[in-house]
Amino acid sequence: MPPGSYFQTIFGRSPFKPLQRHMETCHRCATLVAPLLDQAASGDWDAVAETQRQIHILAAEADDIKREIRTHLPSGFFLPVSRPDLLELLVRQDDLAKKAKDIAGLMLGRHIQFPEPLVAGVREMADACIHACGQALAVVNELDELLETGFGGAEADRVRDMIQSLDATEHLADQLEVRTRAALFQIEASLPPVNVIFLYRLIDWIEQLADIAQHIGHRLEVLLAK
Amino acid sequence: MDFVTIAMLLAIVFGLYMAWGIGANDVANAMATSVGSRSVTVGQAIVIAAIFEFLGAFLAGGEVTSTIRSGIIDAEVLSNQPNLLILGMLASLLAAAVWLTVASQFGWPVSTTHSIVGAIVGFAVVGVGVDSVHWDQLGTIVSSWVISPVLAGIVSYVLFVSVQRLIFEHADAEARARKYVPFYIFLTAAVIGLVTFLKGLKHVGLDLSTTHAVLYTIAFATIVMIVGRFAVARVPRDRRPEDAGFGFARVERVFGVLMIVTACAMAFAHGSNDVANAIGPVAAVVSVVSTGEVMSKAPVPSWVLLLGAVGIVVGLATFGRRVMATVGTQITELTASRGFAATLAAAATVVIASATGLPISTTHTLVGAVLGVGLARGIGALNLGVIRTIFMSWVITLPAGAALAVVFYFILLNTLGTIA
Repeated sequence: MPPGSYFQTIFGRSPFKPLQRHMETCHRCATLVAPLLDQAASGDWDAVAETQRQIHILAAEADDIKREIRTHLPSGFFLPVSRPDLLELLVRQDDLAKKAKDIAGLMLGRHIQFPEPLVAGVREMADACIHACGQALAVVNELDELLETGFGGAEADRVRDMIQSLDATEHLADQLEVRTRAALFQIEASLPPVNVIFLYRLIDWIEQLADIAQHIGHRLEVLLAK
Repeated sequence: MDFVTIAMLLAIVFGLYMAWGIGANDVANAMATSVGSRSVTVGQAIVIAAIFEFLGAFLAGGEVTSTIRSGIIDAEVLSNQPNLLILGMLASLLAAAVWLTVASQFGWPVSTTHSIVGAIVGFAVVGVGVDSVHWDQLGTIVSSWVISPVLAGIVSYVLFVSVQRLIFEHADAEARARKYVPFYIFLTAAVIGLVTFLKGLKHVGLDLSTTHAVLYTIAFATIVMIVGRFAVARVPRDRRPEDAGFGFARVERVFGVLMIVTACAMAFAHGSNDVANAIGPVAAVVSVVSTGEVMSKAPVPSWVLLLGAVGIVVGLATFGRRVMATVGTQITELTASRGFAATLAAAATVVIASATGLPISTTHTLVGAVLGVGLARGIGALNLGVIRTIFMSWVITLPAGAALAVVFYFILLNTLGTIA
């Protein structure tokens, strides 16, 4: 008699590990924004192009993982968390890669360099945003531990604390954005107007990395609440 | 050779064939959660299954065997034609075994229990008459097929929630696991022990009172728990490189000890319930042949239980290993803490059914138990399509077993029946 069992078919492929892999990839996209800013500041556009290419490759990778998760999550599956919530988290994670891709595209396309007085401030803001992304990654990395503990107890409290400090980082990034915009406002009259528009846009986009990171944290909080 | 000798020989051959099939195929499902959670290797699972399937079949297989032998057919209808019962039981056994072989060849969902019950009912209705079936008894059996997965699901849910509350929700989960796992080991041993001391052992000449059974159970479970405690203490406390990224790997290693105990319980439970599918009809033939009467209240002879137990172990040794490797290694998302809850719940349900004499499907019960853990938010993703598969197996296996039994019955009637 050959193997003729169906018992093992009850176990679907868990979406949590791939979800963590997806977040790792998106997070790497976001971290590349820092070298991107440095390379642009030093006017090394070949390096910017190379970093932009890397972000594209990573974003495409994230896209593949996203599709894989979606196709392996048929609606007949029974999950420990709500399926729409899980897919929403996936979309938020993907936003991170997309935003990094947009930032790189804009910087390379328009050869954007921040004026000297702004460079340090923008970099500080970007660091805060990337730190927030790292905290979001750490939160998502707790998903397998959360599954192990049934999304409750001490582990859930720990994750809630992590989400709180992520919120604090986002708040800091917010303040740094206000400061950077104010600094730009001071000197905007001396700059070509079209460039100024895109500088504002870039500042906005970089800060959005922190926003997205915060959204990811909040999606996790929703998963915990149920 | 006369009719009686041929009938006995055929019964033994068919019974061994069926038991072999159960060992080759069905045992793999019973061990699937244990192998799937990586707590026991395929090789260890084989050894555990061989020992505990044997013990379960031999020590606690009597009640279900009686049901298959004389609970489904109203033997009084056949009291003046004992040979018809012999032919019918032979036909049923062959039908179930052949159906199992064919269906598993194609990977269709089958249950040994449903095959044999379907076959016996088929023979009875067509060969003897609609009134010859104990429809009320059959109703109880069929409803137990629905109740057993549901009950196992409820038990596994409660078990898993208790594990979460006692262990996983706390920051010191590993220390708590080391503290509580021995109690779960006690529980597992107590369930198996109680059923065996209460319902088994009679045919080995040991008839215990309830008080004695309870006392023996406590003693047995305590011994197992003490051994378990030593095993838990030996689980290394160090961090391993492969644990990186997962904070509960050491907790799961503690549960691995528990999983070994529940794997034994599961094999025992499976043996106690499923051996009857192979030897129930054999027991029926034996009792007619040895007493010359259709109705016999005498217990199932030990050597018949032994025959089934040996058949299962041989099936396990020849083909079971391959099937077990396939089924077990395809399960990748199950950890020991979840596997234990599902396995213990299923083992307890099956062994209680065995004590009550109800033939149920071990696989369906285990599926119900796994779903129970899933409902407690314990498992990453469960494919509910398997529930449809179970319904399919009911709808297909019962009529298929019945139809084949009718065919074999008429073949036997026109060959063997002519020399009776």
